[in-house]
Amino acid sequence: MESLTYIEAGRRAVAEAMRADKRVWCVGEDLGRGGVFGQYRGLREEFGADRIADAPISEACIMGAAFGAAMMGTRPVVEMRFSDFALCAVDELVNQIAKARFMFGGQSRAPMVIRQPIGMWRSSAAQHSQSLESWYTHIPGLVVACPATPQDAYSLMQTAITCDDPVVFMEHKNHWQTEGPVDTGRSVSLGEAEILRTGSDVTLVSWSGTVHTALDAARHLAEDFEIEPEIINLRTLWPWDKDTVFASVEKTGRLLVAHESVAVGGFGAEIAASVAERIGHVLKGPVRRLGAPRSLIAYAPNLEDQVRVSADWIVEAARDLVKGIR
Amino acid sequence: MAAGNFDRATALSMLKKMVRIRAFEEQACLAAERDRLVLGAIHPSIGQEAVAAGIVGAMRRDDVLLSTHRGHGHTLAKGANPLAMMRELLGREGGCCGGKGGSMHIADFSIGMLGANGVVSANIPIAAGAAHAIRLNGPDDDRIVVCIFGDGAVNRGPFLEGLNWAGIFHLPILFVCEDNVYSATTRTAEVTAGDGPGARAAALGLKVVEADGNDALALHETANDLTAGLRAGSGPAFLHARTYRQSGHTSFDPAAYRPANEADAMRQSNDPIHRLAALLNDGSGSPDLEALLGEAEAEMAGVLAEAAATPFPAPETAFSDVQDIGSPAAEAF
Repeated sequence: MESLTYIEAGRRAVAEAMRADKRVWCVGEDLGRGGVFGQYRGLREEFGADRIADAPISEACIMGAAFGAAMMGTRPVVEMRFSDFALCAVDELVNQIAKARFMFGGQSRAPMVIRQPIGMWRSSAAQHSQSLESWYTHIPGLVVACPATPQDAYSLMQTAITCDDPVVFMEHKNHWQTEGPVDTGRSVSLGEAEILRTGSDVTLVSWSGTVHTALDAARHLAEDFEIEPEIINLRTLWPWDKDTVFASVEKTGRLLVAHESVAVGGFGAEIAASVAERIGHVLKGPVRRLGAPRSLIAYAPNLEDQVRVSADWIVEAARDLVKGIR
Repeated sequence: MAAGNFDRATALSMLKKMVRIRAFEEQACLAAERDRLVLGAIHPSIGQEAVAAGIVGAMRRDDVLLSTHRGHGHTLAKGANPLAMMRELLGREGGCCGGKGGSMHIADFSIGMLGANGVVSANIPIAAGAAHAIRLNGPDDDRIVVCIFGDGAVNRGPFLEGLNWAGIFHLPILFVCEDNVYSATTRTAEVTAGDGPGARAAALGLKVVEADGNDALALHETANDLTAGLRAGSGPAFLHARTYRQSGHTSFDPAAYRPANEADAMRQSNDPIHRLAALLNDGSGSPDLEALLGEAEAEMAGVLAEAAATPFPAPETAFSDVQDIGSPAAEAF
């Protein structure tokens, strides 16, 4: 097994898919020079300008044109640069792409991967740092993937490109250089979570960058407080792996969901509500969710830290749950 | 266009096409207002049929069309089955889209009709992308794309983005601004700066043709020239066709905001069907417009009756064709 960075894992999955299927092409701003973060580095040289297409700064048209090309039988990988900028293309994604198959009575498909990097990285302020994954879980027709690890970045990208549904693929910008083992022979289904750490005291569900924070918190909880959390990396938000989450909560009797996006209306609420509705009888106490306060992401580093879910927050919430403190 | 300088058989066929489009829409309006069988909004293109017959009629069957919420005429002209369309308007089984789209989302992929669109201007980038896919296929693929939108669409961003895209990628696409004077219920001229759609397209380097949108024969000739150019690699073109919306924004809109007599004057002096019939009149009673209108009315009344006798879609189809992964059929919650 190789060790790859998160960015390289995604790049490799795209390159392999392009070699395997001529219908796959990538379109977005600055792709010819490797993309804003280097996710496409070297691909122009291998695949040429038609298949690694440089687009004008026209997010609506990048999204809309890729959709038109998808309905004509190609399989575009769409680069939105930042999830924040994809808001310029919400009509195209939500009103057109997500609905086309249904509205046209099954005549068309939109096999597309829509890459929208999310998350806080240092001092990028309110328009380059958001995590808006929960918005897209609300839209029927879309699949939502949030890879946390290099293995996720590789395997989920591979699955997303071969999927006939449109997949909103949200990589975390702060983890491009995170390195980890990648088994290129391992395929991952959309909707398949992963248990990263087993434990008996509390189920800790997370995704994207917060998975790494949860792992840090878990070490602290185990070493300092003798609390053994079970860590679930959800990997995809729609569909989400209820079986894995429910089985874990049935074992631990406690649920904590932690995510970087704003807590209010966040996907953690969906998970907490589902657990309460379906298996509330196994709970030893109330469910907890941790997310950002419903505020904005500031530029100054100390202000930015005020809204970042930290390992300390997770430790405190998990301890409260185990102690039975509301 | 000068009388006599046209192929009479082609012109007669265009006249029949326009008459059938009008009859279809008149029956659709009756189905909405008289019968309450069309429950959602429909946007008639009565008075604008020359664009459908002249321009869409110049397309090949395998060419690709994208239309608007006011797209019945374009869709019929591309070759869609009127019964499947009427069933769609009535939300019935066997509608083009299984009753799930209705008037504003009519599509028939089997004839290259990739959809009407409920969002103004939204079809422009999608059409550019369809043309982009054709270009990616290489020179052996000589299909073209025609994208029709209204004058209201030129004030939305996707118009600029889509035309620019077509220009930089040198795409085989004809943009048609079907200018019917009104943006919903507002005169477009009152909310539009500058010298109009053609000037905007010209500023982006597209080949622009200004046309009388009620002259079916001239539109057809222009469209034939432009589509031939597109197939030969001319790069994108833009046709500004000035027509007039004789109806309101929807079939239920009395359009009281229009100046008195404006619509009547257009019906009397500048109706595309009457103009073409007059041009074709050989002095011996051919073509017999009244007879053509009567035949088309009978045909489309029959279509409406048959559509009305068709059952609604099976309830479980409310959850089909959403998505494979995370489908509501398996995972509604």
